[in-house]
Amino acid sequence: MSREPARKARTVSTVPEWELRLYIAGMTSKSVAAFANLTRICEEHLKGRYRIEVIDLLKNPQLARGDQILALPTLVRKVPEPIRKIIGDLSNEERVLVGLDIRPVQGKRS
Amino acid sequence: MPSSKSRDSRRMRAAPKSDLGRAEQLPKAPSGIQGLDEITGGGLPRGRPTLVCGGAGCGKTLFALEFLVRGITEYGEPGVFMAFEETAEELSSNVRSLGFDLHKLEAQKKLAIDYVRVERSEIEETGEYDLEGLFVRLQLAIETVGAKRVVLDTIESLFAGLPNPLVLRSELRRLFRWLKDRGMTVVLTGEKGEGTLTRQGLEEYVSDCVIFLDHRVNEQHSTRRMRVVKYRGSVHGTNEYPFLIDETGISILPVTSLGLAHKAPMERISSGVARLDQMLGGKGYFKGSTILTSGTAGTGKTSLAALLAEAACGRGERCLFFAFEESTEQVLRNMRSIGIRLDRFIKSGLLRVMPSRPTAYGLETHLVSMHKAILAFAPDLVVVDPITNLISVGTGPETQSMMTRLIDFLKMRGTTTFFTSLTSGSGDLEQSEVGISSLIDTWLLLQVVRSGGERNRTLAIIKSRGMRHSNQVSEYKLSEAGFEIVDTYLGAAEVLTGSARLAREAEDAAAAQAASDEIARKEQERERRRRALERQVEELREKFATEDAALAHEIELAVRRSGQLSSSQMAMAQSREAFTPNHADGAKTKKGRRR
Repeated sequence: MSREPARKARTVSTVPEWELRLYIAGMTSKSVAAFANLTRICEEHLKGRYRIEVIDLLKNPQLARGDQILALPTLVRKVPEPIRKIIGDLSNEERVLVGLDIRPVQGKRS
Repeated sequence: MPSSKSRDSRRMRAAPKSDLGRAEQLPKAPSGIQGLDEITGGGLPRGRPTLVCGGAGCGKTLFALEFLVRGITEYGEPGVFMAFEETAEELSSNVRSLGFDLHKLEAQKKLAIDYVRVERSEIEETGEYDLEGLFVRLQLAIETVGAKRVVLDTIESLFAGLPNPLVLRSELRRLFRWLKDRGMTVVLTGEKGEGTLTRQGLEEYVSDCVIFLDHRVNEQHSTRRMRVVKYRGSVHGTNEYPFLIDETGISILPVTSLGLAHKAPMERISSGVARLDQMLGGKGYFKGSTILTSGTAGTGKTSLAALLAEAACGRGERCLFFAFEESTEQVLRNMRSIGIRLDRFIKSGLLRVMPSRPTAYGLETHLVSMHKAILAFAPDLVVVDPITNLISVGTGPETQSMMTRLIDFLKMRGTTTFFTSLTSGSGDLEQSEVGISSLIDTWLLLQVVRSGGERNRTLAIIKSRGMRHSNQVSEYKLSEAGFEIVDTYLGAAEVLTGSARLAREAEDAAAAQAASDEIARKEQERERRRRALERQVEELREKFATEDAALAHEIELAVRRSGQLSSSQMAMAQSREAFTPNHADGAKTKKGRRR
């Protein structure tokens, strides 16, 4: 895949507070949208405190089992516990925040 | 044009290589589930999905799993089990009791189990998604084992787990297309819904084959039933077939023969009672025929059955004895008392007694288990003692059709079948079994005749197809000597039994004696009369002789006298010179002249 969007998109921190996994299957429009939405939301609300791992199931299908992935794209919040799952292209920011249980950073929201 | 009979018989054959005479007959994947392949004419549609639906606890998962396991072990087709409800661990422990070792099959890379868990509470939906993850996992599992068969159990739980049913529906449609493209023979299970086959309308995605499983309780007897609701492009049995889940999995009782195509062997077998054989045209029953013995309580039905079993085992035939009244021990003990020793045949493996409580299950379940036992044991003779107990647990009109199936099944196998039937004391004995009597070849009626303070047993042959048989009602006795048919009292008026028979026989003997005495007496009388007559004749003759002699004497005297007279006349004539009578003409002339 040409774009290979930062399989390990790392931020500065070495021990991130937020560990997120995004499961996709190839570079579909949904995958791309989901990744773009996710990075945007994280940059906005969790800057410096998160790590996103993108898993392409077309390459590693055996990984689908572990997190019980069915729908794609699926975002899995591994840390902090408990595990939460958000399916879809993450286009609704509010629901992503609710789903990840992220309190919006004060002042960033107008 | 083939007759419907032959078509039916062909359909019944469990051959996957279907010869229904249709070129476009679907390729089929044999399920390996006992009986199913006969109903469906070879199995489930190959490369297509089959929906197995039914209520909770009807055996859907087991059906699907057996389809996979048999596919692996019997037909060399690896499979994938996608479990949406149970984990692989739960599944494999659930079916371990059935002898399915899922772990082993997984280790051999012939079976892949993937447990798919969807937890609604963990999932938030934002925006568009699809179920590509499911496809990926299926793809992986299929590739891992090189699967030919796939089970989705129960894909409906996705509806509960995923928020958007519209997406789900379109994805399911895509999934089935995808599976078809890969040539997978798929079984998916679905929970029965209100008024629909499945709660989520899965049947709309699966248009090829739908099988409905049912678990019904009727008059406190539970019965599992199966029905092929639809099977596109294939002839299939449309009835409800009872099935059984036991330690060997699912067995379905198919209608093995809707036709009447069984053979009619000419071979005869002994009933175990020499006199009865004699009554049955001198040779006993036909091999492979169905014999019914009906009678009231204590008429010796079981004894007759045991005798037949003993005779069969004695010839080295295998015999399966279904006892619905007594335990094995009890049967053996009771039969020993009339000199039938069955223990030895049990030891040698020729005889198997299968006791069971009729009320334990419904009729269908009984029949399925009997069916199975018969397939496993392959007996030459089957005894069902008594069949009435079975009928009584059946419900309504299905009873007869179930019995027909069993009898047909046995006939097709050429198995001799002996049913006993308990009839109630009252009513017309010959009417009570009308339900199955038409299926019976030889029907014996055992009756108790009450007279003169005794109960005596009589046996009559109501019918025996295809052989000359006695119409005599005969008396029999059960003793240590066994089943003994006694000489019949051959009187004109009626059949007598017991002491009445003895009394009548004595009476008859006396009467016969009297008659012969009478004859002798008459003979004597005749002789006497004849003699008397002869004596009289003799007397008369003597009397006559005496009289005759006297008369002769008188005659002589008279003659002599007349001689003297004439000579004196002559002398007179001479003296008077008259004409002698020798000159009569002269006298006449004299007279005429005188005129």
